[in-house]
Amino acid sequence: MDINIDAIRAEVRTWLADNWDPNLTLVEWRTKLVDTGWGMPEWPEDYFGKDMPPVAVSAIAQEFAEAGAIGVMKSGPRMLAAVTLLAHGNDQQKRRFLRRILTGEDAWCQLFSEPGSGSDLAGSTTRADANGDDLANGNGWKVNGQKVWTTSAHHADYGILLARTDWDVPKHQGLSFFVIDMHQPGVEVRQLRQMNGHASFNEVFFTDAVVPGHFQVGELGQGWQTAMTTLAYERRAVAGNRDAKEDKGRNGTIYGEYREEQAIANEPYTWYPQRAGRVDLVVERARETGKISDPAIRQEIAKLLTMHQSTQWFAGRLSELQKAGKARGPEGSITKLAASNVARLASDVHTAITGIDAMLTGDQSPHDGVIAEILVSVPAVSIAGGTDEIQRNIIAERLLGLPKEPRFDTGPFKDVRRN
Amino acid sequence: MEFSFTAEQDQFRDVLGRFMRDKSPASAVRSLMETDKGFDAEVWQQLCAEQGLAGIHLPEDCGGTGYGPVELAIIMEEQGRALLCSPFMASAVMAGYAILQTGTDDQKRALLPGIADGSTIATLAITEQSGLWRDDDIQLQATKSGDDYVLSGTKRFVVDGQNADLLVVAGRTDAGVSLFTVNAGSEGVTCRVANAMDPTRKLAEIDFSSAPAQLLGVEGGVDLAAIFNAVLIAFANEMVGGAQAMLDSAIEYAKLRVQFGREIGSFQGLKHRFSDLMVDIELAKATAYQAAQHLADGKDATAFASMAKATASEVFRHAAHECIQFHGGIGFTWENDTHLWFKRAKSSEVFLGTPNDHRERMLQAMGI
Repeated sequence: MDINIDAIRAEVRTWLADNWDPNLTLVEWRTKLVDTGWGMPEWPEDYFGKDMPPVAVSAIAQEFAEAGAIGVMKSGPRMLAAVTLLAHGNDQQKRRFLRRILTGEDAWCQLFSEPGSGSDLAGSTTRADANGDDLANGNGWKVNGQKVWTTSAHHADYGILLARTDWDVPKHQGLSFFVIDMHQPGVEVRQLRQMNGHASFNEVFFTDAVVPGHFQVGELGQGWQTAMTTLAYERRAVAGNRDAKEDKGRNGTIYGEYREEQAIANEPYTWYPQRAGRVDLVVERARETGKISDPAIRQEIAKLLTMHQSTQWFAGRLSELQKAGKARGPEGSITKLAASNVARLASDVHTAITGIDAMLTGDQSPHDGVIAEILVSVPAVSIAGGTDEIQRNIIAERLLGLPKEPRFDTGPFKDVRRN
Repeated sequence: MEFSFTAEQDQFRDVLGRFMRDKSPASAVRSLMETDKGFDAEVWQQLCAEQGLAGIHLPEDCGGTGYGPVELAIIMEEQGRALLCSPFMASAVMAGYAILQTGTDDQKRALLPGIADGSTIATLAITEQSGLWRDDDIQLQATKSGDDYVLSGTKRFVVDGQNADLLVVAGRTDAGVSLFTVNAGSEGVTCRVANAMDPTRKLAEIDFSSAPAQLLGVEGGVDLAAIFNAVLIAFANEMVGGAQAMLDSAIEYAKLRVQFGREIGSFQGLKHRFSDLMVDIELAKATAYQAAQHLADGKDATAFASMAKATASEVFRHAAHECIQFHGGIGFTWENDTHLWFKRAKSSEVFLGTPNDHRERMLQAMGI
């Protein structure tokens, strides 16, 4: 297909010149984006998009940035729901939910992980039982159980939910996928405090929470396949959504509203750079402490910079391979494992550089607490989004072709040993 | 845009890989390593004259094919993987780069075509006491004698020194360090074969006693660091090839070997180590490739060359050690092929500078 990027750029520019108005409200402006498709140009024309290929999408994003125009709401949990619904929802669900995600009117959360099933996500035990006998007439479901690690659940209007609907079949076949209204008496959200003092996640308790029949996404028993769409997107988007534009100095009421919205959306992620190890601070810290002349520490710094740089190069080459359709798929696990190694080494190097001051935290720790926050945040990086051990299994089995472990969970789920 | 190989480069690698596997099975490596010469002249001719590989990085007007460091890197990786016994490293890479960087146009046109077509085997003699090519490590004296020079001193760890027709030698005059060419058959040149731990890479110690020599380029005009960088990058790519061979070999064994009623490769305790090894190897490859691209782009490659050398040599050594461990007892036998690569890995770890040396060199090049 021939794409005339210059023509597309000209079209966006003209459209922005005619429509962009920084004194609209966010919802007014985003409604225009949703109606015209300029907000999600890569989406289908039938559902708020323009069917554009990736090259056009990045050109359009540049034109928006150039004009200082704000885009649709794309915060992490909302987009997880959006891409999943776009792929697996029915027409009615797409029309009902996608528009208000993009305008920012509805906030969403992802209800997958449970206290008893983290790495083994398909072992979920949150249950959805038919609410009465007449599902076809929309009596729907009642949900009982507990989810955990739910980012933004305390702001969410809706959640995407993985729950067990059949206990008599093997575990992957008994899961179904739902949308659940978070504002109801059967749903209780509690913040979960982490070892680094932040509370970015929640626990969510369901007690006879109600899900109407038309909130079921995809076929009954196909929940695992649907959840795979969400997880694939989540892995790709790990580094995404940090693109909050530098908009100080822009005039217009919409920017104030936007900043407020983004502050709320980004709040769970303020410590994420620290959990990745802050390699960028290492040389600066070594210089200001004088440790830069310690040969042992120099060696560790060199190892860290090498590991960090080579991980970026690997990831870059992988993304070129993916674009060319030459990647095998699970190579992302290599990047993830390498990122854990980088974070752990960075934490060790920061400790060695900081010395005894690493005993302090808060404003008594160097760089106004950032160093202490690195040290107590790094342990998360090798757990979140799939533990290092799971990445190693994926690499071994799917890239190196080693035989699978013997399994004990292939029979009907009700007979499988669990927590 | 990030570095990745072109479709043509991928295809080149495929063809080359088949050639190397065909010409350098472990049985061939074993028989060649027992000889003094250490390589198969017929395969060497095919490599140079038929395939034009030894001149891949040399310009066309010097008998080369005019490609660059990235294509050279592919050749090195595939050679390292197959542990091909040949004077490629000494002649094409070390002497080739030295002459290319230092010689006058006339000298390049006179000397490089023989290296490219394999009819001349050349080598580069820099090292005396230290493996790093620092200026003040070079003590061999060069003295002007008529239009030419005479050299006196000793060079150690000269790769394929006993096979070389042409020696490129670093020596010192009042103007500093220069490179000289010496005909290996000249009077005053005495070559002793070293007892190398890695029998697939022959090393020699060469004494020069008022040996006649010609100046390469201008006196004091050699950029040793630039030659060093180019050689290190090729070398790093050879080492990642070796590391990959070790991973492949261990994986193959782990899928076959049965203990406790199951393939040992199904045990998570091994799988996880395999995965960690793959991560290390992939990162070392990314570094070796990127360094080659950096050199091809004509940028100062010091930091990345040292980064690539340090990384690749540690990964290769680790991979070889793991490969022995995964094989268990059989891995420690002479009969099993792993030790061939293990010894190459061990000697590669310290040849041209240890990983610690190179990490320090890298930091300094980065201004840290």
